[in-house]
Amino acid sequence: MSDLTKLTIAEALDGLKKKEFSAVELTQAYIKEMENKRRLNAYVLETPEIALAQARVSDEKYANGTNGALEGIPLGIKDLFCTKDIRTTACSHILDGFEPQYESTVTSKLLNAGASVLGKLNMDEFAMGGSNETSYYGPVVNPWSKDKDLVAGGSSGGSAAAVAAGMCAGATGTDTGGSIRQPSAFCGVTGIKPTYGRCSRYGIIAFASSLDQAGPIAKDVRDCALLLKTMSGYDAKDSTSAKAEVPDFEKFLGQDIKGLRIGVPAEYRPEGLNEEIAAYWDKGIEILKARGAEIVNISLPHTKYALATYYIVAPAEASSNLARYDGLRFGLRVPGEHLDNMYINSRTEGFGKEVKRRIMIGTYVLSAGYYDAYYLKAQKVRRLIRQDFLNAFEKCDVILTPTAPTAAFPIGDKSMAENPINMWLNDVFTVSVNLAGLPAMSLPIGLSKEGLPLGLQLIGKAFDEATIFKAADALEADVKFMEKK
Amino acid sequence: MAIDTETVKRVAFLSRLKIEDDKIKEAEDEFNKILNWVEQLNEVNTDGVEPLVSVNDSHLILREDAVSDGNQSQAVLKNAPQAQYGYFTVPKVVE
Amino acid sequence: MSGMIIETAKGKWEIVCGLEIHCQIISKSKMFSGASTHYGSDANENVSFVDAGMPGMLPTLNEHCVYQAVKTGLGLNAQINKYSEFSRKNYFYADLPQGYQITQFKFPIVGEGAISIDLSDGTTKDIRIERMHIEQDAGKSIHDMAPDKSFIDLNRAGVGLMEIVTKPDFRSPEEAGAFLRKLRSIVRYLGTCDGNMDEGSMRCDVNVSVRPLGSDELRTRCEMKNVNSVKFVMQAIENEAKRHIEVYESGGTIAQETRQFDPSTGQTKVMRKKEFAHDYRYFPEPDLLPLVLDDAYIERVKKDMVELPDAKKARFVNELGLTAYDAMIICENRETADFFEKAAKGHDAKKVANWLMGDFFAMLNEKKVELKDSPVSAENLGKLVELVTSNVINGKTAKDVFAIMAETGGDPEKIVEEKGLKQVTDSGAIEAVIDEVIASSPENVAAYKAGKTALMGWFVGQVMKASKGKANPGMVNQLLKSKLG
Repeated sequence: MSDLTKLTIAEALDGLKKKEFSAVELTQAYIKEMENKRRLNAYVLETPEIALAQARVSDEKYANGTNGALEGIPLGIKDLFCTKDIRTTACSHILDGFEPQYESTVTSKLLNAGASVLGKLNMDEFAMGGSNETSYYGPVVNPWSKDKDLVAGGSSGGSAAAVAAGMCAGATGTDTGGSIRQPSAFCGVTGIKPTYGRCSRYGIIAFASSLDQAGPIAKDVRDCALLLKTMSGYDAKDSTSAKAEVPDFEKFLGQDIKGLRIGVPAEYRPEGLNEEIAAYWDKGIEILKARGAEIVNISLPHTKYALATYYIVAPAEASSNLARYDGLRFGLRVPGEHLDNMYINSRTEGFGKEVKRRIMIGTYVLSAGYYDAYYLKAQKVRRLIRQDFLNAFEKCDVILTPTAPTAAFPIGDKSMAENPINMWLNDVFTVSVNLAGLPAMSLPIGLSKEGLPLGLQLIGKAFDEATIFKAADALEADVKFMEKK
Repeated sequence: MAIDTETVKRVAFLSRLKIEDDKIKEAEDEFNKILNWVEQLNEVNTDGVEPLVSVNDSHLILREDAVSDGNQSQAVLKNAPQAQYGYFTVPKVVE
Repeated sequence: MSGMIIETAKGKWEIVCGLEIHCQIISKSKMFSGASTHYGSDANENVSFVDAGMPGMLPTLNEHCVYQAVKTGLGLNAQINKYSEFSRKNYFYADLPQGYQITQFKFPIVGEGAISIDLSDGTTKDIRIERMHIEQDAGKSIHDMAPDKSFIDLNRAGVGLMEIVTKPDFRSPEEAGAFLRKLRSIVRYLGTCDGNMDEGSMRCDVNVSVRPLGSDELRTRCEMKNVNSVKFVMQAIENEAKRHIEVYESGGTIAQETRQFDPSTGQTKVMRKKEFAHDYRYFPEPDLLPLVLDDAYIERVKKDMVELPDAKKARFVNELGLTAYDAMIICENRETADFFEKAAKGHDAKKVANWLMGDFFAMLNEKKVELKDSPVSAENLGKLVELVTSNVINGKTAKDVFAIMAETGGDPEKIVEEKGLKQVTDSGAIEAVIDEVIASSPENVAAYKAGKTALMGWFVGQVMKASKGKANPGMVNQLLKSKLG
């Protein structure tokens, strides 16, 4: 039965409806994979009993015809999503043993649609990182690793690896600067960060509020469409969630892309861009062109400033968002003689190095005398970056770029460890989209010479995920990545 | 804007984080490296540009004034490292 | 001139003082969560996961808090800002669960305004309002329940506050006291805050500096936080000003610092200095979008405005003929003013005011009851005054009737009827009594006629006594005079 884990969500739903197998059987297959592949460290908490109990309910629902849109589909949940009575830590020591007494809106929607929870997925601590190495629970091993263990990317490294390794049918991720797209590219799977405001942030542990968005990571474009439809929608509990209609994204798959205008930004082909990546980007352009799309050269002139802008805005918000981890009401408390000592001891021991680094930077750029020079300046540049996209979208409907500048790199890479900025450069193609609040998907385009997956990114207009799905489906159909795997 | 040891200490305290004395220099160097890097933004002319506060073009939707939450002190205190008589407890606060 | 000039051997000094007042907003639920604002519940009973700063929780703004703020702003004759923004004020404290307070910084909901205060010499003075913004309250730390621990109750955390900041317009403790009374009166009229300083629903921070009389410089000021009564605010201003003068006159300088007012000594002392000064790192709250109000909304609030104390006072003086002093006292409290208007309706308003401020208030004081629990209703007080003005009873009888009303809550007309207290206005009947008195005291008649006119009082007394107090005193006087020639 182990080939059940090879099915896409769409295929599995079909099989469940036709009673070819039961939800319990499907769940058991994934539980087995989860157990077999523990070496990958994709899960930080396995909840097989919960998943099986939910599967039994799903089987009843199929029997009496009350099955939901994702009935019986076993999912992995990034540990950033609060799950009621299920330990949620953001992979940080400071949230040791934290069991939320509430459920995030996104996971509620998935559960209500009949999905089940296999467990909580590994990630960079508080989603801060691009390699999953900042997790308190250790790095995730990329399932594509050969002789040497490679990173799965981050921060949603556990999500991408689990999907790639067949340890869940699909997974939730979150993306603040590329955290869905970059690991998806590294692990050869498909992930979409929707428009800011599309998914409710309620119950998702905040990293940088103005940038964070939830989204799915799945085996293919269709599964992303299925998951995103359920995850999306206005939520009164999140004041930044948008009252925008959620289309049936699946409807846009298989549509003709003739005449679709594909923007290709000059700034994403800097000097020294990895040749293989540049070649695959060209290949993507050719595929779309061959299907009748129109290729438009565009310019996003402030692209080179996006990373620096991001590394001011995100740490600033994070420094404030992470102030609540003080050892007082939940999580780790390291005693101290006075209140301040308790705070300092708990936070110093509870947070990892990268998180502390970003809290300190964020505190500094907001502090008196520096606010204007750093934070305010970054906010202004952020507007220019957003304006670049608005201008570009006058000329094109969707933008095609590489997802990441490299393929997956080895765990413990020295240059990254020595200089945090080297690690941050991984986000170079992804952060602009978060700063502008736009939707973007990463999907696999092919393998590198070393046999590692590489991804391309499709960026859409705000609330126009539909066009991304349309273009992505066309690309996917011609790349046939799944068949090569 | 190079920052000094005192600033690193002040920022650490504002963040309620402790940096061991023998690590301060390292932190200071790293801090300066990062700040130098982000200062590339000074190349960008932002005269007359409004800071972007939110990517949402809409504005706040307000909630009706009704009691719809609370009465759940057990759930609120469930994860508390220390609690007594229905209160969270902490080391004595010195005023 | 209500300014206080402090004269020393070395010179004359003037006080410069500004106030910051926090007013708890009257609303059912908290500003950013649906938990109740009820005062006096069990610890942590009125706490949502939002108020407790739980991971992933997000604020949602209560419409009624906005309404109350706009209403108060209109009551302060202030600019209502159609665009305002929320910001985070970052600091760590045990009763601040998020590690930041959501407040307004650069763009407050209410701009400049002014209110008029009433001074003891009968003059008024305008005090300018700098701004008013809305923010959330903190929880409570209890330090005296155990020797080694503090206890945290978050019931108050998240309750809405309005912070009103004045310009440094106060020149004496009296002016500050008058302002606080007027502000309290306004917010109570509006129903936006209950104004109870002793319960902490209105809290005052006092900024004081001094300068040589005639100078317009602004010297270093000191702030005293949470001074919790009008009397203490006045004391704090006077004593702090004197401290500044002493320091200056002995050649010293004043350091800008936060001081604590000690109600037991009336003195201020410097609060423990922190290792590093606060740096609140204000920045726009990314979890809340800008608050935008339209003209229609503001108009709707305007329609709900009530007549405020100054307008009411002017009307009572101009239309009802009250003295400015009586009108001010009656209008300070909306319930009193309403009671008065009800009592005065259709009757002699000035006389009603006299009764209200005299016997009526004395009765409430003596019985220690609130106005709303008064045994004497407004209608009955009005009727009583009417009985006097229409000569049904005389003033002396009225006092007796009032005493009965205070005991039984009875209707004065019925009391007069039942007890047969109607004064005698039949001149024949009064003449008969007078004739009797004259006949029975020939010596006094002779003495009167010989020029001892002071005996008139004695005759009146005798007649009143013989009529059991019911004779109309005016008629008695008149008839006696003509009979005694």
